[in-house]
Amino acid sequence: MTVVRSIARTAPGCHEGCGVLLHVKDGRLVKVEGDPNFPLSQGRLCPRCQALLEVVYHPDRLLYPLKRAGERGEGKWERITWEEAYKTIADKFNEIKGAYGPESVIFCTGTGRDIRPYLDMFAYSFGSPNLVEFGPLHGNACYFPKIVIMAALFGGFAVADCAQAYPERYQSPEWKVPKCIIIWGNEPTTSSPDGLLGHWIVDCMRRGSKLIVIDPRRTWLAAHAEIWVQIRPGTDAALALAMLNVIINENIYDEVFVKKWTHGFDELKKRVQEYPPEKAAGITWIPEEQIIAAARMYAASKPAVVQWGVAIDQSKECINALHAITALWSVTGNMDVPGGNIITGQLFSPAAIATQRHEITPEKRNKRRIGAGKYPFLDWANILPGESLIDQMLTDIPYPLKAAWIQATNTFACGTADVRRTYEAFKKLDFNVVVDLFMTPTAMAFADIVLPAATYPERDGISQGWGIACIGAINKAIEPIGECKSDMEINLELGKRLNPEAWPWKDVREMFNSMLEPAGVTFGELRGKGYHFGPFEYRKHEKGLLRPDKKPGFNTPTGKVELYSTVLEKCALDPLPYFEEPPESPVSTPEIAKEYPMILTTGARTRVFFCSEHRQIPSLRKMNPDPIVEINPETAEKLGIKDGDWVYIESRYGKCKQRARLIEGIHPAVVSAQHGWWFPEKPGQEPSLFGVWESNINLLLPSGWAGKSGLGYPFKSQMCRVYKIEESQNG
Amino acid sequence: MAKYGILIDYEFCVGCHACELACKKEHNRPDGEWGICVKEIEPKITGGKLYYFPFPTDNCNLCGKRIARGLKPACVHNCWTNVMRFGTVEELAGNMRKKPRTVLWAPH
Repeated sequence: MTVVRSIARTAPGCHEGCGVLLHVKDGRLVKVEGDPNFPLSQGRLCPRCQALLEVVYHPDRLLYPLKRAGERGEGKWERITWEEAYKTIADKFNEIKGAYGPESVIFCTGTGRDIRPYLDMFAYSFGSPNLVEFGPLHGNACYFPKIVIMAALFGGFAVADCAQAYPERYQSPEWKVPKCIIIWGNEPTTSSPDGLLGHWIVDCMRRGSKLIVIDPRRTWLAAHAEIWVQIRPGTDAALALAMLNVIINENIYDEVFVKKWTHGFDELKKRVQEYPPEKAAGITWIPEEQIIAAARMYAASKPAVVQWGVAIDQSKECINALHAITALWSVTGNMDVPGGNIITGQLFSPAAIATQRHEITPEKRNKRRIGAGKYPFLDWANILPGESLIDQMLTDIPYPLKAAWIQATNTFACGTADVRRTYEAFKKLDFNVVVDLFMTPTAMAFADIVLPAATYPERDGISQGWGIACIGAINKAIEPIGECKSDMEINLELGKRLNPEAWPWKDVREMFNSMLEPAGVTFGELRGKGYHFGPFEYRKHEKGLLRPDKKPGFNTPTGKVELYSTVLEKCALDPLPYFEEPPESPVSTPEIAKEYPMILTTGARTRVFFCSEHRQIPSLRKMNPDPIVEINPETAEKLGIKDGDWVYIESRYGKCKQRARLIEGIHPAVVSAQHGWWFPEKPGQEPSLFGVWESNINLLLPSGWAGKSGLGYPFKSQMCRVYKIEESQNG
Repeated sequence: MAKYGILIDYEFCVGCHACELACKKEHNRPDGEWGICVKEIEPKITGGKLYYFPFPTDNCNLCGKRIARGLKPACVHNCWTNVMRFGTVEELAGNMRKKPRTVLWAPH
């Protein structure tokens, strides 16, 4: 028996990267345990890695490259060699490049984790600026809004400080326990959102942190909070602005920080006068006194920190809520202090390496990129608007799209809104390649070639994540199953055929060494050490560590945290945060609300699935066998719905069926439905496509609801009705 | 006489079920057999908070083989919020004095 120390990363997908001990006997993975020596996870391991063997040795794993042998969707495949697969793809991509230009091939990925940088290089070295994150995702409404707004407001990226910047963790003499943690629009103990392991929050609670939890659902964290704020979905900006109103008007902000390090405080002060707590109470359904109490508790706690979630990104005008929340931690002096919201970086930026290598300057990428010129703020951030991709696929304006490389994303089964439209758009393309672990609805519906990817125990890699400058070695423990190859191996090998100069490395390890140069370690050294932490300091703005010119201050045009954003102003957006009703709500569309009276929030994470993955893993599926919609028992009684009933959830635009779970801890006017559902056990062929049309909650969302900035989409605030499906209808 | 036990700080168990799966994998348990099982206790019963309660069943042998090799029981090793501790009943009872909202299980 050998035990291989590694980091858990994609595939199957995961946001984090816990330390794992992979037990191998006779070339076979026999056990997975948490690695107690890895500081960021300390031996803990969630159910998804506990079930890793069921993924690795699943009988449905794709084992060989396949080419389509019948019509798309017929499910007829022929096994081919890697050589034939690579040759077919290279010929086809080059043919399209010759006829229409490289930009006519798009490169899609999901929430790619450590496999993403190689895809960047793959797209850019081919010459296409069209790298599509999240499949596509309408309004790029998952984490991107946060990244972009933080870059605009203070020129950096901040995370909640749970002592993750130091390998000594909670023993670090520099770190302070946050006195107060606001958990805003997420449930880290279930989701472990990007860059934050949920147990870090529990570790802080055990060390004295008190919680304010802002969530329409009573999560475990909400049930353990000092203040649980049961907000109306989609009104976070109003709450944040009212909290700013209290903190500024009661003079309980950090005057020194505001004076020295912020720009536009007076303008913000004026703006928040429009949001007295009394008014916000009416908007958010939160009692006025609770808004005031939360604001005072947060302002009085030093240090205090905000851990925010994707629920905020998934509202239409999300950048306002994100802006106001950033202002909250700035005016209270919690920016980059121990136990506050800390500004972090990366040891090396694989994406930057990819863009530099191929001279994809923002200007160059913006020129031919899909959706260029539509949203000035996205042009500023150099981001491809998800919905514009669908528009262009269907219209060929301004140029036709012909082929898609779809790596690690399950397009219309997961994040995309207006699902049928996305499906039609991808079907229209001439040539599609899907790289995945399993035959997915996406592969079945569109793929002409399917390539089998390796899971993380079958490959090497560099893990970077956790929101901080730390890297870890993903160590291959077993040989790949069948003829599977790692994602980056596929990118490297095919990249060499398409543009040999861009891929000068003989194998992935040589490629890793080249990427690791800025971090100052080789892949061999990293494997020996297991992990490597970069240096970290607090209050970097005071020390000249944030700006390229090394002057104190923040990396923004004014050198300060821009409460009044000069970037937003330049992009013809309101430089100050404001609240706008969701496109459909009891307030903005009372007529619609009469017919569709419930507020639908979707995509609450589970512990057993990662987005659309893991539905075929027996021990995980047993914990969540059906798509679940949570309903308050009072509401359910009025609707004649019992716990476990199958119900239709229906909006003006579409419907799907899920199973009712009656939960007291959800607001009576809100229902919460799971996303990402398909049924690997159902027929894969058209029209079933593994039952992807049955419970897909995004069938309820139309196109055209992205925020004015291009960012944000109301995945968590739309109107619906819910009714029981009679036995006879439930086929 | 019970010699060893597991002390569980149920105040901070978030109900992730990692212990259940770790146990099932360690002992190769068939469907429907549990060595430890996490139960939810709702706020209306607890008088306020939402609690999860990992309960070791009669199938639990405290991972005798692992213990003999100097390892912790599988559930304790993999516990996601670090709320489980293995030791002698005496030692754990001592720990219990320092932290309320704990429960000491001695399954056999």
